[in-house]
Amino acid sequence: MTTLPAKTEKKLGLVIDLDTCVGCHACVISCKGWNTENYGAPLSDQNAYGADNSGTFLNRVHSFEVQPEAADAAAQLIHFPKSCLHCEDAPCVTVCPTGASYKRVEDGIVLVNESDCIGCGLCAWACPYGARELDQAEGVMKKCTLCVDRIYNENLPEEDRQPACVRTCPAGARHFGDLGDENSEVSKLVAERGGMDLMPEQGTKPVNKYLPPRPKDEMPEFDVLAPFLEPVAEEPKGFLGWLDKTLEKL
Amino acid sequence: MNQPVIDLSPKVSDEVRKTTCYMCACRCGINVHMKDGKVAYIEGNKDHPVNQGVLCAKGSAGIMQVNAPSRLRKPLKRVGERGSGEFEEIEWDEALQIAADWLEPVRQTNPEKLAFFTGRDQSQSFTSFWAQNFGTPNYAAHGGFCSVNMAAAGIYTMGGAFWEFGQPDWDHTKLFMLFGVAEDHDSNPIKMGIGKIKARGARVIGVNPIRTGYNAVADDWVGITPGTDGLFILAMIHCLMKAGKIDLHYLAQYTNAPVLVINNPGGADHGLLMRDENGKELVIDRATGKLTPFDQPGVKPDLAATYEKDGQTHRPVFHQMAEMYLDDQYAPEAVAERCGIPAKRIRAIAAELARIAFGEAFTLDHAWTDFRGEKHDKMTGRPVSFHSMRGISAHANGFQTCRALHVLQIILGTVEVPGGFRFKPPYPKPATAHPKPHVGLTPGAPLNGPHLGFTHGPEDLALKDNGTPARIDKAFTWENPMSSHGLMHMVISNAYAGDPYKIDVLFMYMANMSWNSTMNTRGVIDMLTDKDENGEYVIPKIIYSDAYSSEMVAYSDLILPDTTYLERHDCISLLDRPICEADAAADAIRWPVIEPDRDVKGFQSMLCELGAKMKLPGFVNEDGSQKYADYGDYIVNHERRPGIGPLAGFRGENGDQAGRGAVNPKQLDQYIENGGFFVEHIPDGANYYKPWNMEYQEWAVTLGLYDKPTPYLFSLYVEPMRKFQLAAEGHGDRQPPDHLRERITSTMSPLPIWYSTEEDNHAADYPVTALTQRPMAMYHSWGSQNAWLRQLHGHNPLYLPTKLMRANTLSDGDWAKVTSPHGEITVPVLEMAALNENTVWTWNAIGKRKGAWALEEDAPEATRGFLLNHLIHELLPPKGDGLRWANSDPITGQAAWFDLKVRIEKAAAPDESQPGFAPIKSPVGTGPKDLTWKVGN
Repeated sequence: MTTLPAKTEKKLGLVIDLDTCVGCHACVISCKGWNTENYGAPLSDQNAYGADNSGTFLNRVHSFEVQPEAADAAAQLIHFPKSCLHCEDAPCVTVCPTGASYKRVEDGIVLVNESDCIGCGLCAWACPYGARELDQAEGVMKKCTLCVDRIYNENLPEEDRQPACVRTCPAGARHFGDLGDENSEVSKLVAERGGMDLMPEQGTKPVNKYLPPRPKDEMPEFDVLAPFLEPVAEEPKGFLGWLDKTLEKL
Repeated sequence: MNQPVIDLSPKVSDEVRKTTCYMCACRCGINVHMKDGKVAYIEGNKDHPVNQGVLCAKGSAGIMQVNAPSRLRKPLKRVGERGSGEFEEIEWDEALQIAADWLEPVRQTNPEKLAFFTGRDQSQSFTSFWAQNFGTPNYAAHGGFCSVNMAAAGIYTMGGAFWEFGQPDWDHTKLFMLFGVAEDHDSNPIKMGIGKIKARGARVIGVNPIRTGYNAVADDWVGITPGTDGLFILAMIHCLMKAGKIDLHYLAQYTNAPVLVINNPGGADHGLLMRDENGKELVIDRATGKLTPFDQPGVKPDLAATYEKDGQTHRPVFHQMAEMYLDDQYAPEAVAERCGIPAKRIRAIAAELARIAFGEAFTLDHAWTDFRGEKHDKMTGRPVSFHSMRGISAHANGFQTCRALHVLQIILGTVEVPGGFRFKPPYPKPATAHPKPHVGLTPGAPLNGPHLGFTHGPEDLALKDNGTPARIDKAFTWENPMSSHGLMHMVISNAYAGDPYKIDVLFMYMANMSWNSTMNTRGVIDMLTDKDENGEYVIPKIIYSDAYSSEMVAYSDLILPDTTYLERHDCISLLDRPICEADAAADAIRWPVIEPDRDVKGFQSMLCELGAKMKLPGFVNEDGSQKYADYGDYIVNHERRPGIGPLAGFRGENGDQAGRGAVNPKQLDQYIENGGFFVEHIPDGANYYKPWNMEYQEWAVTLGLYDKPTPYLFSLYVEPMRKFQLAAEGHGDRQPPDHLRERITSTMSPLPIWYSTEEDNHAADYPVTALTQRPMAMYHSWGSQNAWLRQLHGHNPLYLPTKLMRANTLSDGDWAKVTSPHGEITVPVLEMAALNENTVWTWNAIGKRKGAWALEEDAPEATRGFLLNHLIHELLPPKGDGLRWANSDPITGQAAWFDLKVRIEKAAAPDESQPGFAPIKSPVGTGPKDLTWKVGN
């Protein structure tokens, strides 16, 4: 049993825009690359070139189809990237029997101290989001670190001090910042776009937020737009008459 | 709290080496982080014009590609039967000697006996130069089965295409309409652009039978019936013209809409454009009412006026357009059912185009001067932009469909204006400024000019004196007169059939022609392995170069192993397919950021050596010694024209000249210092209206893009098409064979038309269209050898719409037999609701042959993965006339992959996807079981 800090100085997290995520997996692989080479044990792969291949990822993109209720509405496809949400009430921390899982007091990042992790898997069981994965080679629990070894890294240019997934996202669908500061860019984005908690009923108070997709397939009915297509003529001959008159005016 | 102390500032790498990605054709800038001399991490280069720091999944997974167990290690000589995979490793000296021994006699006797085709080549200006010096007419890359319709339609119509050759004005556009998609061209820029405009609240409309990727985030999705895009577009043109929602000023000033068309029914010039003695198109000047060349100072071309001469009324192009497109056959109600789009929705989209283009027009305060000398104090913007690629292109009606889309853009006045679609240098460049095809061969000497180009009439066709095709792929013949990229998909089939002739050596690079890069995979395998009555292979000798153990390796006699992209020099050149932006000319290099740990040579460096060995002019010095030590040496020292070489940056003795300048021996070092690329910005005021903007034209001359200003009119009416029609009507010396006359007449309309391809594909019996898409995280067959990427896309179920699932009582995980007029496959299915109700699809090139790509034989790609290629033939189903009709666009020869029609029925689950193929022996073995990849400590 590990305790959570009563309060963190910052609430660093991600804001993920489901309106622009095209599901390209750029964030998934950039994360894999950085975190294989950096914090903790490499993210291993099993049966890498064979059947039943699998590997450790800290971030995955799931895709869901949505069928709107209106009878003739077209189905939609939502791409949904998911990684640790760095919850304020992180059940993965409180369940940890060794204290390996902890939430950083200065920025709220939830981390695993791999040297104390015994790979019991309780945290993965406690996390309602499926955001933790047991590395099969190392036998320790892996999870999103919010690139804690990038965001303060003085060996990186200042503009690169952000999580690898945010830096690489081609569609600009991922944003990083302090969600504890209501004046931060990410907090403003959440306020403007109606940012949501994932599964708030779980009571985990996730720090990461999702911006919902805007309504789709709502182009104005033609009746409203009809004036734009009011015919100038019905026949080619009439059209050429209109043309002559119009060119006169030009 | 006792928090562990962690290192928040670990050392990131020893060094960053900046080069260009090659995980797809997007050509992003990458920072390769090195530790202990090894690649540790790859990220996007923030200074790079293409990707500005972002990088896709493929790019970030490059580390798994350069270390892939599938990499070939040494030259291989076939020792077993073709297809057995039995090889012995040989030294490079022997390998190059074998190649030279095969090629030299061909060159000295009949160079056409070499077919040299280069697949996914990004060095075509170099490889074509090599082929030209060899002297064979048979060279092309893979454009014929990729997207030549898009390229050719764009260049013939407006002097530039979508592809990566232009882009929406992302800063100003308010409505972006996307038809089809190709994920591997400009993919990061398009994602960046969509993100940017959506953040601004602009509307995105996606037209695609499948709602994935960009279409999933589109505000409006039009799930069109495949192959009917042209009809949908012509219906919108109908609505917009009928409502007068067209840019008359733009049409009059910058297009051939006002050009007079000769009216001389039955005459050899009927339907050609009226020209003066200098060949300049003639218009009626609205100011004077007189006939005048279009480009004279002060001329206001008249869209309406006709011209009477010799008792005939000659009318402008625009009259013909009005007559054609106002016809009720293009009314939304007439096309709705066929397109699968309600008429009301077609009107709504057309109205929205009109509302934004004209209702939200704006101006930029950039003064500019047009080619007639008229000064403009501002630029009018129409914030509607379009983009498109293979989805509308890979149909037998694709050329006309792509043309229709360009006509839609042009009547709205949205090309090269603020808010619209913009060209990237070296475009705009009209078709007339490109070379024509050349096939003049002389044994032992170079070809008489570049292989590929643009035909402008029957006189430009690549025919021998006896009228038979000069090229093995029959490019530039009556079967496909405007086949600007060649027809790589027909090479093996034609060579096997000896139609138009037999060849001796087939030499290919990076093209998986015995698997996913060919139509009719089984048939092609048989063609590659079949022997004649003397026991010799029908295609006698096959040389193949690839970096990886692809399926094609087993079907080749001599393997020349290439490097990976981080081990080589390359140039992404203005002579070829550069990385320019709408506001800048730019090019880039690759350079060996690591040295190969295998006995391999970069393909282009190897060609420098082989070329010198055969004493090809262009590859030897006067004393007969090798001219270019390697490709890097060529990149720096080759000059195409005096002062113009493969790279435009850092030219001249001091490396301070752009575009034109003397060879600079330190050029590559300066590129490396600059991050691997070079950018030269277009001056403000020159960066829109480029085809007609004299400041741009003069800038382009300075940079060496043109040798003189080349302003031109957009061709709504493509006159060369009319010339082919006239020939088909019996005019002129060069005449098509009789069986093609009707088809040429009906398909080569100089104004865009739409025709159905369903009957040719037996749609009555096969009512469902089957498509493939490329995953955003994979490039062709390459992704499956990548340990990270194959975890994203290791399976490719056939996605079926809900209606077809129900109709066949199928559930997810069931198997279905899919039958086309050509063949059948049995594959696993999955339901997808966001899909056109008569369309099925799967991911492209996930299916693999057992033994290839260093995968284990039980890998899902080889057991459950599959290809649609088995269902597609390179020929249409026989018509009973004994002729071989290519499954290609009759204008350009573009392979019509997306015309595939099938029927679906439930099947008992087989052990593996069908058809099954025997394993091929791997020349590289298989990869390790587990990976714990970490380069540094």
